[in-house]
Amino acid sequence: MWRLKRTAKNIKKNRVWLLMTLPGLIWLIVLKYIPMFGQILAFKDFKFHPDGFLASIYHSEWVGLDNFRFLFGSRDAWVITRNTVLYNLVFIVLGLVLAVGFAIVLSEIANKRLTKVYQTGMLFPHFLSWVVVSHFVFAFLSVERGMFNRILEAFGQDPVFWYNEPKFWPFFIVGISQWKGVGFNSIIYLAAIVGIDKNYYEAALIDGASKWQQIKHVTIPMLKPLMIILTLLSIGNIFSADFGLFYQIPRDSGPLYPVTNVIDTYVYRGLMSMGDIGMSTAAGLYQATVGFVLIMITNYIVRKIDEENALF
Amino acid sequence: MKSFEKISQQTKASSEEVVNLGKKKKYDPHSFSKKTNIVMNILLALFAFLCIFPFVYVIIISLSSEQSLAMHGYRVIPQEWSLDAYRYLWMMRSQLLRAYGITIFITVVGTLLSVAMISMYSYAISRKQFIYRRQFTFLVFFTMLFSGGMVPFYIVMTQFLGLKNSIWALILPLAVNAFYIIIMRTFFQRSVPEAIIESARIDGAGEFRIFLTIVLPLAIPGIATIALFSTLAYWNDWFNALLFIDDPNLIPLQSLLMRIENNLDFIAQNAHIGAQSESLMASIPQDSAQMAIVVIATLPIALTYPFFQKYFVRGLTIGGVKE
Repeated sequence: MWRLKRTAKNIKKNRVWLLMTLPGLIWLIVLKYIPMFGQILAFKDFKFHPDGFLASIYHSEWVGLDNFRFLFGSRDAWVITRNTVLYNLVFIVLGLVLAVGFAIVLSEIANKRLTKVYQTGMLFPHFLSWVVVSHFVFAFLSVERGMFNRILEAFGQDPVFWYNEPKFWPFFIVGISQWKGVGFNSIIYLAAIVGIDKNYYEAALIDGASKWQQIKHVTIPMLKPLMIILTLLSIGNIFSADFGLFYQIPRDSGPLYPVTNVIDTYVYRGLMSMGDIGMSTAAGLYQATVGFVLIMITNYIVRKIDEENALF
Repeated sequence: MKSFEKISQQTKASSEEVVNLGKKKKYDPHSFSKKTNIVMNILLALFAFLCIFPFVYVIIISLSSEQSLAMHGYRVIPQEWSLDAYRYLWMMRSQLLRAYGITIFITVVGTLLSVAMISMYSYAISRKQFIYRRQFTFLVFFTMLFSGGMVPFYIVMTQFLGLKNSIWALILPLAVNAFYIIIMRTFFQRSVPEAIIESARIDGAGEFRIFLTIVLPLAIPGIATIALFSTLAYWNDWFNALLFIDDPNLIPLQSLLMRIENNLDFIAQNAHIGAQSESLMASIPQDSAQMAIVVIATLPIALTYPFFQKYFVRGLTIGGVKE
């Protein structure tokens, strides 16, 4: 009883703060926490019920692990997992190398005004939506009119049906993702490089270090903590793909599914076209659970390395 | 991430030094030898060009006559320049302007809502007087670790909230962002000294009044950053329209662009041109018109981003995500 009283008193005393958090709280509960409980649908055979949301969930039959059995019994589960993880691995490695490389080169350019110009140019793709980028790509890959086939034609080659040829797409996907991301990813590293104490470089210079040796022995070691942290954080997200990249850029072209279908696009298609809500939810739950475990593990490792940079 | 804070402070200092370089020949450790410098400049210039070129290319396509596109494909220098695509869009302007209007509406309303909700929530959890701040912080934080997934989200939006084909389906999903709340909380902790608030309390101001008249003006840099991220997210959003909107009157610009993939019938159907549409359909500058829509959807960003880029970069290096 006294606890209730104390709670009531606390609420009264904190009512201003509670009022401030109220809109955000409602939003979090409705759009984040209720869907979390909605993951129960992965264990049910979902049927729409006219009495609304709760009735639909309540009246849907329990099917235990059937949805998961179907999902992992199909080849799809393997393909989407492989695509998601492999692409993300390539993005992480290549993204790191390119971002750090560009940041170092940008920082070493003599003319600082030019640096600004280059950076502005490199950042442009980041501000575009995937829909717009998919039209850009189409201008190059369109079968009849695109630039690539025009060039092939000029050399007397046959035109290629780009949107039906899976073998090119891993390169396209990786290239386009880096094209869009490099400018953005190098910002943080550039800020870190500019912040390195100049005395290190002067000391290195006095010891007769060449430019490359300075980069190798001063810049890169100084960036190492940041690189490790950011890489670990992205490993935590290795199970979630960028829906826009994999859905918009291949233009939902069927022949490309083997190399462009990832967990997120699979879930979306299951929800929208195949109408298999149970299996889609199962795939989503599988993604969310593995993602959660991965974040926990990577955060644990980060905390071991450097308390300061851990997420929690 | 305290390291980012250190970085951003140092960034300020060193950028001042860079500015001073022109005046005094101070030693700058960051500079290549002459030859390498030229090579690197060429490399960077090439990549920067590669980032901009596709947009230029699309502008050129949109300005080519349909005939020269049919004959020679998308050329960098077309046989024949023409404004037909834009003329055609002007004829179809009712649908386009509606899509533009929807986009502007959700961007403005969404950004305002977003900033209001995020700043109130993060201010509350940044104050030590708030007893439940830890629990409320955890509530936000946990959403970053485990997600409900697309399907339950879809069902909640359509069945529980009944937002299929409603303008709110485009606004609500992007209104709150856990990551921004955490960033803003750190920002409030660092940029609003307790002493100021304390003295206002002694003067008898209520918490809400303190928030509106003292805290918000102090937090403008942080709020501007959040508003900028939010504006971009709303402007570029097509995902929520893909999930929740079928009604052609509620389609935002990005989504319109998605739906016309290779056919402009979608627009023509909704432009109510009626009898003459047959002959009109025959003369539609298909490709160039499509690219023209890409241009008008992208141009506002292309023209403004060099000006807000500075704040964008600063906002990125603000990020502290720790107690």
